[in-house]
Amino acid sequence: MSASPTLVARTGSFFHRYANPGRFLKLGARLQPWLTWPAIAFTLAGLGWGLFYSPADWQQGDSVRIMYVHVPAAMLASGGYAGLAFCGLLSLVWRHPLADLAAVEIGPVGACITALCLATGSIWGKPMWGTWWVWDARLTSVLVLFFLYLGHIALIRAFDDPQRGYRAAAILALAGAVDLPIIKFSVQWWNTLHQPDSITLTGAPTMSSSMLWPLALSTIGFSLGFAAIVVARTRAAVMESRIRALLSSPRRGGGAA
Amino acid sequence: MTHLPYIVASYGLAAIMALVLSLGAALRLKRDRARLAALEQTHNRNAGTPLTP
Repeated sequence: MSASPTLVARTGSFFHRYANPGRFLKLGARLQPWLTWPAIAFTLAGLGWGLFYSPADWQQGDSVRIMYVHVPAAMLASGGYAGLAFCGLLSLVWRHPLADLAAVEIGPVGACITALCLATGSIWGKPMWGTWWVWDARLTSVLVLFFLYLGHIALIRAFDDPQRGYRAAAILALAGAVDLPIIKFSVQWWNTLHQPDSITLTGAPTMSSSMLWPLALSTIGFSLGFAAIVVARTRAAVMESRIRALLSSPRRGGGAA
Repeated sequence: MTHLPYIVASYGLAAIMALVLSLGAALRLKRDRARLAALEQTHNRNAGTPLTP
Protein backbone atom coordinates (compact mmCIF):
# COMPACT_ATOMS: atom_id res chain seq x y z
CA MET A 1 0.00 0.00 0.00
CA SER A 2 2.93 2.36 0.77
CA ALA A 3 4.78 1.65 -2.48
CA SER A 4 2.36 3.57 -4.62
CA PRO A 5 2.55 6.95 -2.82
CA THR A 6 6.36 6.58 -2.64
CA LEU A 7 6.51 5.98 -6.39
CA VAL A 8 4.29 9.01 -7.01
CA ALA A 9 6.48 11.14 -4.73
CA ARG A 10 9.70 9.89 -6.35
CA THR A 11 8.34 10.51 -9.86
CA GLY A 12 7.15 13.93 -8.75
CA SER A 13 10.56 14.83 -7.35
CA PHE A 14 12.18 13.72 -10.65
CA PHE A 15 9.88 16.02 -12.64
CA HIS A 16 10.17 18.87 -10.13
CA ARG A 17 13.94 18.91 -10.64
CA TYR A 18 13.21 20.94 -13.79
CA ALA A 19 10.38 22.99 -12.29
CA ASN A 20 12.86 25.66 -11.27
CA PRO A 21 12.52 28.32 -14.01
CA GLY A 22 16.21 29.28 -13.86
CA ARG A 23 17.27 25.67 -14.30
CA PHE A 24 14.82 25.17 -17.15
CA LEU A 25 16.02 28.34 -18.91
CA LYS A 26 19.63 27.12 -18.68
CA LEU A 27 18.71 23.63 -19.93
CA GLY A 28 16.52 25.08 -22.71
CA ALA A 29 19.24 27.46 -23.88
CA ARG A 30 21.70 24.56 -24.03
CA LEU A 31 19.19 22.30 -25.86
CA GLN A 32 17.96 24.91 -28.36
CA PRO A 33 20.80 24.74 -30.95
CA TRP A 34 20.92 20.93 -30.68
CA LEU A 35 17.25 20.82 -31.66
CA THR A 36 17.13 23.67 -34.16
CA TRP A 37 20.07 22.99 -36.49
CA PRO A 38 19.53 19.21 -36.80
CA ALA A 39 15.81 19.96 -37.39
CA ILE A 40 16.68 22.21 -40.34
CA ALA A 41 19.25 19.74 -41.71
CA PHE A 42 17.03 16.65 -41.42
CA THR A 43 13.95 18.43 -42.81
CA LEU A 44 15.81 19.86 -45.81
CA ALA A 45 17.50 16.50 -46.48
CA GLY A 46 14.25 14.54 -46.16
CA LEU A 47 12.07 16.90 -48.18
CA GLY A 48 14.78 17.50 -50.82
CA TRP A 49 15.29 13.75 -51.21
CA GLY A 50 11.55 13.16 -51.31
CA LEU A 51 10.90 15.94 -53.79
CA PHE A 52 13.74 15.42 -56.25
CA TYR A 53 15.32 11.96 -55.88
CA SER A 54 12.76 9.47 -54.56
CA PRO A 55 10.78 7.63 -57.23
CA ALA A 56 7.20 8.41 -58.22
CA ASP A 57 4.61 5.82 -57.20
CA TRP A 58 3.33 3.54 -59.92
CA GLN A 59 -0.29 4.29 -59.00
CA GLN A 60 -0.19 7.77 -57.42
CA GLY A 61 2.44 9.29 -59.68
CA ASP A 62 4.31 12.26 -58.21
CA SER A 63 1.51 13.10 -55.77
CA VAL A 64 3.11 10.50 -53.48
CA ARG A 65 5.68 13.23 -52.67
CA ILE A 66 3.00 14.96 -50.57
CA MET A 67 3.47 12.02 -48.16
CA TYR A 68 6.86 13.43 -47.03
CA VAL A 69 5.00 16.41 -45.52
CA HIS A 70 1.68 14.77 -44.64
CA VAL A 71 2.91 11.69 -42.71
CA PRO A 72 5.33 13.57 -40.37
CA ALA A 73 2.60 16.16 -39.77
CA ALA A 74 0.10 13.40 -38.93
CA MET A 75 2.55 11.69 -36.55
CA LEU A 76 3.30 14.99 -34.81
CA ALA A 77 -0.35 15.95 -34.56
CA SER A 78 -0.91 12.84 -32.41
CA GLY A 79 2.51 13.05 -30.72
CA GLY A 80 1.97 16.69 -29.82
CA TYR A 81 -1.39 15.89 -28.27
CA ALA A 82 0.20 13.03 -26.29
CA GLY A 83 2.68 15.66 -25.01
CA LEU A 84 -0.22 17.92 -24.09
CA ALA A 85 -1.92 15.06 -22.19
CA PHE A 86 1.36 14.29 -20.40
CA CYS A 87 1.61 17.96 -19.36
CA GLY A 88 -1.99 17.69 -18.15
CA LEU A 89 -1.04 14.68 -16.01
CA LEU A 90 2.01 16.49 -14.60
CA SER A 91 -0.15 19.51 -13.83
CA LEU A 92 -3.02 17.64 -12.17
CA VAL A 93 -1.01 15.04 -10.22
CA TRP A 94 2.19 16.91 -9.31
CA ARG A 95 1.13 20.56 -9.79
CA HIS A 96 4.19 21.05 -11.97
CA PRO A 97 4.31 24.79 -12.81
CA LEU A 98 6.30 24.33 -16.04
CA ALA A 99 3.83 21.71 -17.30
CA ASP A 100 1.11 24.38 -17.42
CA LEU A 101 3.34 26.80 -19.32
CA ALA A 102 4.45 24.04 -21.70
CA ALA A 103 0.80 23.04 -22.31
CA VAL A 104 -0.06 26.65 -23.19
CA GLU A 105 2.77 26.64 -25.74
CA ILE A 106 2.22 23.15 -27.19
CA GLY A 107 -1.45 23.85 -28.00
CA PRO A 108 -1.06 26.39 -30.85
CA VAL A 109 1.91 24.51 -32.39
CA GLY A 110 -0.05 21.25 -32.27
CA ALA A 111 -3.11 22.92 -33.79
CA CYS A 112 -0.98 24.30 -36.66
CA ILE A 113 0.62 20.91 -37.38
CA THR A 114 -2.80 19.20 -37.26
CA ALA A 115 -4.16 21.83 -39.67
CA LEU A 116 -1.17 21.12 -41.96
CA CYS A 117 -1.92 17.37 -41.76
CA LEU A 118 -5.58 17.95 -42.68
CA ALA A 119 -4.73 20.42 -45.46
CA THR A 120 -2.05 18.26 -47.10
CA GLY A 121 -4.28 15.19 -46.79
CA SER A 122 -7.06 17.11 -48.48
CA ILE A 123 -4.71 18.36 -51.23
CA TRP A 124 -3.57 14.76 -51.82
CA GLY A 125 -7.16 13.50 -51.73
CA LYS A 126 -8.39 15.72 -54.55
CA PRO A 127 -6.32 14.13 -57.36
CA MET A 128 -6.31 10.62 -55.81
CA TRP A 129 -9.85 10.20 -54.46
CA GLY A 130 -11.48 12.89 -56.58
CA THR A 131 -12.65 14.84 -53.52
CA TRP A 132 -11.15 17.25 -51.00
CA TRP A 133 -12.91 15.62 -48.04
CA VAL A 134 -14.82 12.50 -47.00
CA TRP A 135 -16.32 11.75 -43.58
CA ASP A 136 -13.99 8.78 -43.25
CA ALA A 137 -13.09 7.51 -39.73
CA ARG A 138 -9.42 8.52 -39.98
CA LEU A 139 -10.11 11.98 -41.38
CA THR A 140 -12.95 12.65 -38.94
CA SER A 141 -10.95 11.53 -35.89
CA VAL A 142 -8.06 13.84 -36.93
CA LEU A 143 -10.55 16.68 -37.38
CA VAL A 144 -11.78 15.95 -33.83
CA LEU A 145 -8.13 16.17 -32.69
CA PHE A 146 -7.88 19.60 -34.34
CA PHE A 147 -10.98 20.75 -32.46
CA LEU A 148 -9.54 19.34 -29.22
CA TYR A 149 -6.44 21.49 -29.75
CA LEU A 150 -8.64 24.55 -30.41
CA GLY A 151 -10.75 23.74 -27.34
CA HIS A 152 -7.60 23.47 -25.22
CA ILE A 153 -6.35 26.86 -26.48
CA ALA A 154 -9.72 28.47 -25.79
CA LEU A 155 -10.24 26.83 -22.38
CA ILE A 156 -6.82 27.78 -21.01
CA ARG A 157 -7.62 31.45 -21.69
CA ALA A 158 -11.28 31.32 -20.64
CA PHE A 159 -10.84 32.01 -16.91
CA ASP A 160 -9.81 35.16 -15.08
CA ASP A 161 -7.78 33.00 -12.70
CA PRO A 162 -5.07 31.32 -14.85
CA GLN A 163 -4.81 28.38 -12.40
CA ARG A 164 -8.45 27.46 -13.08
CA GLY A 165 -7.77 27.65 -16.81
CA TYR A 166 -4.76 25.37 -16.44
CA ARG A 167 -6.77 22.79 -14.44
CA ALA A 168 -9.69 22.79 -16.88
CA ALA A 169 -7.38 22.55 -19.92
CA ALA A 170 -5.40 19.74 -18.25
CA ILE A 171 -8.61 17.74 -17.74
CA LEU A 172 -9.60 18.34 -21.38
CA ALA A 173 -6.12 17.28 -22.55
CA LEU A 174 -6.36 14.03 -20.57
CA ALA A 175 -9.94 13.27 -21.61
CA GLY A 176 -9.17 14.09 -25.26
CA ALA A 177 -6.30 11.59 -25.30
CA VAL A 178 -8.95 8.93 -25.93
CA ASP A 179 -8.97 10.20 -29.53
CA LEU A 180 -5.36 9.09 -30.07
CA PRO A 181 -5.99 5.31 -30.19
CA ILE A 182 -9.12 5.99 -32.25
CA ILE A 183 -6.97 7.84 -34.83
CA LYS A 184 -4.34 5.08 -34.79
CA PHE A 185 -6.70 2.14 -35.13
CA SER A 186 -9.47 3.81 -37.17
CA VAL A 187 -8.15 2.27 -40.38
CA GLN A 188 -8.38 -1.21 -38.82
CA TRP A 189 -11.63 -0.83 -36.88
CA TRP A 190 -13.63 0.67 -39.74
CA ASN A 191 -13.71 0.23 -43.48
CA THR A 192 -12.09 3.52 -44.43
CA LEU A 193 -11.14 5.22 -47.67
CA HIS A 194 -7.84 6.17 -46.01
CA GLN A 195 -5.21 3.51 -46.65
CA PRO A 196 -3.89 1.37 -43.75
CA ASP A 197 -0.59 2.30 -42.05
CA SER A 198 2.48 1.57 -44.18
CA ILE A 199 4.78 1.68 -41.15
CA THR A 200 3.95 -0.22 -37.95
CA LEU A 201 5.92 -1.08 -34.84
CA THR A 202 5.34 -4.82 -35.24
CA GLY A 203 5.64 -5.46 -38.97
CA ALA A 204 8.03 -4.66 -41.79
CA PRO A 205 7.24 -1.45 -43.70
CA THR A 206 5.17 -1.96 -46.83
CA MET A 207 6.99 0.71 -48.82
CA SER A 208 10.23 0.74 -50.74
CA SER A 209 13.37 1.86 -48.89
CA SER A 210 13.84 4.57 -51.56
CA MET A 211 10.69 6.18 -50.11
CA LEU A 212 11.17 5.06 -46.51
CA TRP A 213 14.52 6.86 -46.01
CA PRO A 214 13.38 10.36 -47.05
CA LEU A 215 10.21 9.82 -45.01
CA ALA A 216 12.30 8.84 -41.96
CA LEU A 217 14.56 11.90 -42.41
CA SER A 218 11.66 14.34 -42.76
CA THR A 219 9.88 12.75 -39.77
CA ILE A 220 13.00 13.20 -37.61
CA GLY A 221 13.38 16.77 -38.91
CA PHE A 222 9.74 17.69 -38.26
CA SER A 223 9.89 16.14 -34.75
CA LEU A 224 13.06 18.04 -33.82
CA GLY A 225 11.56 21.22 -35.29
CA PHE A 226 8.38 20.76 -33.27
CA ALA A 227 10.47 20.25 -30.11
CA ALA A 228 12.66 23.26 -30.94
CA ILE A 229 9.65 25.56 -31.39
CA VAL A 230 7.97 24.29 -28.20
CA VAL A 231 11.18 24.70 -26.17
CA ALA A 232 11.70 28.24 -27.56
CA ARG A 233 8.09 29.22 -26.83
CA THR A 234 8.24 27.70 -23.32
CA ARG A 235 11.50 29.57 -22.60
CA ALA A 236 9.78 32.77 -23.72
CA ALA A 237 6.77 31.96 -21.51
CA VAL A 238 9.05 31.43 -18.48
CA MET A 239 10.75 34.77 -19.18
CA GLU A 240 7.36 36.49 -19.52
CA SER A 241 6.29 35.03 -16.19
CA ARG A 242 9.51 36.36 -14.61
CA ILE A 243 8.89 39.77 -16.24
CA ARG A 244 5.37 39.86 -14.78
CA ALA A 245 6.75 38.95 -11.35
CA LEU A 246 9.38 41.70 -11.54
CA LEU A 247 6.86 44.28 -12.74
CA SER A 248 4.55 43.52 -9.83
CA SER A 249 7.34 43.42 -7.24
CA PRO A 250 7.31 46.21 -4.58
CA ARG A 251 10.71 47.49 -5.78
CA ARG A 252 9.08 48.45 -9.07
CA GLY A 253 6.15 49.99 -7.28
CA GLY A 254 3.65 47.80 -9.16
CA GLY A 255 2.45 45.68 -6.24
CA ALA A 256 3.23 47.92 -3.26
CA ALA A 257 0.52 50.47 -3.77
CA MET B 1 6.22 15.88 -62.74
CA THR B 2 2.53 14.96 -62.36
CA HIS B 3 0.20 16.79 -59.94
CA LEU B 4 2.67 19.68 -59.62
CA PRO B 5 0.18 22.29 -58.29
CA TYR B 6 -0.87 19.93 -55.49
CA ILE B 7 2.74 19.20 -54.54
CA VAL B 8 3.69 22.91 -54.61
CA ALA B 9 0.65 23.76 -52.46
CA SER B 10 1.55 21.11 -49.86
CA TYR B 11 5.24 22.01 -49.61
CA GLY B 12 4.38 25.74 -49.71
CA LEU B 13 1.94 25.39 -46.81
CA ALA B 14 4.53 23.46 -44.80
CA ALA B 15 7.21 26.08 -45.50
CA ILE B 16 4.91 28.99 -44.56
CA MET B 17 3.83 27.26 -41.36
CA ALA B 18 7.44 26.44 -40.38
CA LEU B 19 8.54 30.02 -41.10
CA VAL B 20 5.68 31.63 -39.18
CA LEU B 21 6.08 29.37 -36.13
CA SER B 22 9.89 29.50 -35.96
CA LEU B 23 10.24 33.23 -36.69
CA GLY B 24 7.43 34.00 -34.24
CA ALA B 25 9.15 31.96 -31.51
CA ALA B 26 12.59 33.46 -32.25
CA LEU B 27 11.33 37.07 -32.22
CA ARG B 28 9.31 36.50 -29.05
CA LEU B 29 12.35 34.95 -27.36
CA LYS B 30 14.60 37.84 -28.45
CA ARG B 31 12.10 40.48 -27.23
CA ASP B 32 11.53 38.74 -23.87
CA ARG B 33 15.26 38.21 -23.29
CA ALA B 34 15.99 41.91 -23.85
CA ARG B 35 13.04 42.99 -21.70
CA LEU B 36 13.97 40.64 -18.86
CA ALA B 37 17.62 41.72 -18.93
CA ALA B 38 16.61 45.40 -18.74
CA LEU B 39 14.14 44.73 -15.91
CA GLU B 40 16.61 42.64 -13.92
CA GLN B 41 19.21 45.36 -14.27
CA THR B 42 16.74 47.95 -12.94
CA HIS B 43 15.61 45.58 -10.20
CA ASN B 44 19.19 44.85 -9.09
CA ARG B 45 20.02 48.58 -9.10
CA ASN B 46 16.95 49.30 -6.95
CA ALA B 47 17.71 46.38 -4.63
CA GLY B 48 20.33 48.45 -2.81
CA THR B 49 18.01 51.36 -2.13
CA PRO B 50 15.50 51.26 0.75
CA LEU B 51 11.80 50.84 -0.05
CA THR B 52 10.70 53.85 2.02
CA PRO B 53 12.53 57.18 2.12
